[in-house]
Amino acid sequence: MLKQCEGSHAVAATVALCRPEVICAYPISPQTHIVEGLSEMVRDGTLQNCEFINVESEFAAMSVAIGSSATGARSYTATASQGLLFMAEAVWNASGLGLPIVMTLANRAIGAPINIWNDHTDAMSMRDAGWLQLFAENNQEAADLHIQAFRLAEELSLPIMVCMDGFILTHAYEGVDIPTQAQVDAYLPPYEPRQVLDPREPVSIGAMVGPEAFTEVRYLAHAKQMQALKLIPQLAEEFQAQFGRDSGGLIRTYRTEDAETVVVALGSVLGTIKNTIDDLREEGRKIGVLGITSFRPFPTAAIGEAVRYCERVVVVEKSFAVGVGGIVSRDVRTAMREHPHPIYAVIAGLGGRAITKDSLRQLFLTVMDDKLEALTFLDLDWNAVNRELERERITRRSGPIAENLLRDLGVVAARVG
Amino acid sequence: MTATIVKFYQTGTHTVGNRLLDPEHRSVQADMRRTNSLNSGHRACQGCGEALGARYAIDAAMQATDNQLIAANATGCLEVFSTPYPETSWQIPWIHSLFGNTAAVATGIAAALRVKGRTEVRVVAQGGDGGTTDIGFGCLSGMFERNDDVLYICYDNEAYMNTGVQRSSATPGAARTATTPAVGAAPGNVFGQGKNLPLIAMAHEIPYVATAIVSELRDLEAKVKRAMEIRGARYIHIFVPCPLGWGTASNQTIHIARLAKETGVFPVIAAEHGELTKVSKIRKQLPVEDYLKPQRRFAHLFSPTPNLAAIAHIQALADRNIRRFGLIDAAPVGAAAGAGDN
Ligand SMILES: Cc1ncc(C[n+]2csc(CCOP(=O)(O)OP(=O)(O)O)c2C)c(N)n1
Ligand code: SF4
Ligand SMILES: [Mg+2]
Repeated sequence: MLKQCEGSHAVAATVALCRPEVICAYPISPQTHIVEGLSEMVRDGTLQNCEFINVESEFAAMSVAIGSSATGARSYTATASQGLLFMAEAVWNASGLGLPIVMTLANRAIGAPINIWNDHTDAMSMRDAGWLQLFAENNQEAADLHIQAFRLAEELSLPIMVCMDGFILTHAYEGVDIPTQAQVDAYLPPYEPRQVLDPREPVSIGAMVGPEAFTEVRYLAHAKQMQALKLIPQLAEEFQAQFGRDSGGLIRTYRTEDAETVVVALGSVLGTIKNTIDDLREEGRKIGVLGITSFRPFPTAAIGEAVRYCERVVVVEKSFAVGVGGIVSRDVRTAMREHPHPIYAVIAGLGGRAITKDSLRQLFLTVMDDKLEALTFLDLDWNAVNRELERERITRRSGPIAENLLRDLGVVAARVG
Repeated sequence: MTATIVKFYQTGTHTVGNRLLDPEHRSVQADMRRTNSLNSGHRACQGCGEALGARYAIDAAMQATDNQLIAANATGCLEVFSTPYPETSWQIPWIHSLFGNTAAVATGIAAALRVKGRTEVRVVAQGGDGGTTDIGFGCLSGMFERNDDVLYICYDNEAYMNTGVQRSSATPGAARTATTPAVGAAPGNVFGQGKNLPLIAMAHEIPYVATAIVSELRDLEAKVKRAMEIRGARYIHIFVPCPLGWGTASNQTIHIARLAKETGVFPVIAAEHGELTKVSKIRKQLPVEDYLKPQRRFAHLFSPTPNLAAIAHIQALADRNIRRFGLIDAAPVGAAAGAGDN
């Protein structure tokens, strides 16, 4: 049923239809509305056979999910930003143990400086943690990916992060088709664990493993993610058959067939990029966009194929590796090994900075003339940066950087939460 | 197979031999049907108090739950010595996740059992003092506060043993550890630090808190049994000497534990909903020197010259335990009246 609702509520309603048995959560913006919605559904009986546990930290949230998942319960949590870092050790543990936990990540920047707004730094900080990471382009896809995620996680016995842009999606009202319980039940069978704590058949889970088998255990985690490369498109196809909607999959291309320039991005910014590209197409420019839905596993072959015949690739990424540059672009480069065209990394939208059509248009025009630097920061305020660099050059006690910049810009710190 | 009832009993102690007791009061370990939940063949040091405590505690919990038990285990000696790949000593469903999250993992297990309607299956979480009083404290306090249906057992050997005997917040004043070496003006661990987790647990007003000691194993078993009769958050803190970390002979573990109790260094108590319900009295009070002397971690208190101030400080702490919990009915002999604790 098509419903005009907030992204968080669409996700909460859809997660509830997936019949989670244990939900544990610790509040952090912009994830709060999702777990608030779920707690209400557990309280008012809409969501039955489910334990909602208010834990004391994100570390506990993931740990409770580890315990419940290992005991055979379908387990769900949600977090963002600092919360993801606070649970980091347990994030790795969940994947190491092979527990199919599904977690929504309401993507948010990581401090300091503390910032509640959207970018992808949180997700990227855990990109090597052994979780699958799926990125939603809009609220419909955010909702749909959760249904696919439970199915995929449980088939592989691996945890999955469904990433949706904080505020831009979580707090946006859009029409979302919330499926029926019968539809979801037909797609998502009850959880049948591969390993379970049960006195009827005692097992030891999480034993110490030394050099004699550690590599093999880690390789198997990789092998399962490689299996996911086949499974993800398959499940998206089945999803379409069941729900009549094209959602999920590994990558999504738009007007790339004859494109000389291919823009690569993840998440909600794809919408703005498509609009920009439509305008450029009208002007006869051959440009298209490739959205990565599955960032982990990384669809190396699919991306390699999609950018094979273009002349250049520009990756617009909402995070970066300080001291190196782009993160997504480095992975994309490995996908282009056979056909090494120029590739540009553009860091944009950090800490919620708006990525406007104007800026993107300018950026794409520059890149199509091959005049872009290999690493660019979109809309960077060079004046502010240079003033601070100069201040540090002339004064030892130059003071806290963030506060200096805000003073220079004449603004006060935004509300934090 | 026909079972023969074997009667075990201790000599040289004040405890009553099994053969004199009603069958239901006999030690779980004396029962042919004991589960050997932590089976033999594991890699603990000889005389390890933690292995002994765990064996008694978990077998008692198994008996009390009709073998319907799942255990979550923190990183630490118990986890490492019981499960080196590809072996496991655990005969029960057992999970090790991390060092600091065991109470939360147990909460998750309990939640899953509840939602699946398997409430006959019970949950034990267990860890060392470091995993309990330090790194796992947040998760433990959360589990207490929510009154989750978990029995948490802390095996307190007063330091981080698995990583080579470093100080934890359960390490006593003056004790030598690898990070509180016996050098300088105030050798060993400083006084006036650390936390008393049984009291902190009591302050959460959870249904059951108890301390136990490996020299009083039937008391330990009885406390585990009592804990399993109750639903909600429960905590048992077991004092477990560590021959390797303490520098004691491996055949002295029980003896050292007994001295800890008889000097008042470790009070053996139980409390329900924050109120003290049971105190194991000291039978014959001994001076703390008797407890300290056989342990190399305290050797610097006695040689080259005795550190009388430090010994008096430890005595004052023992005396405060005696006063606070009423461990002896008469006033402590030779106690420095009103001596400051820290
Ligand atoms: C997050 C984290 N920090 C540190 C360690 C290293 N570590 C493993 S076991 C251990 C000591 C355990 O001490 P305790 O909990 O007292 O148990 P014991 O070994 O003394 O029985 C430490 C410090 C770890 N595994 N994980
Ligand atoms: S170091 Fe101590 S706690 Fe660890 S196995 Fe040896 S005796 Fe037991
Ligand atoms: Mg210890």
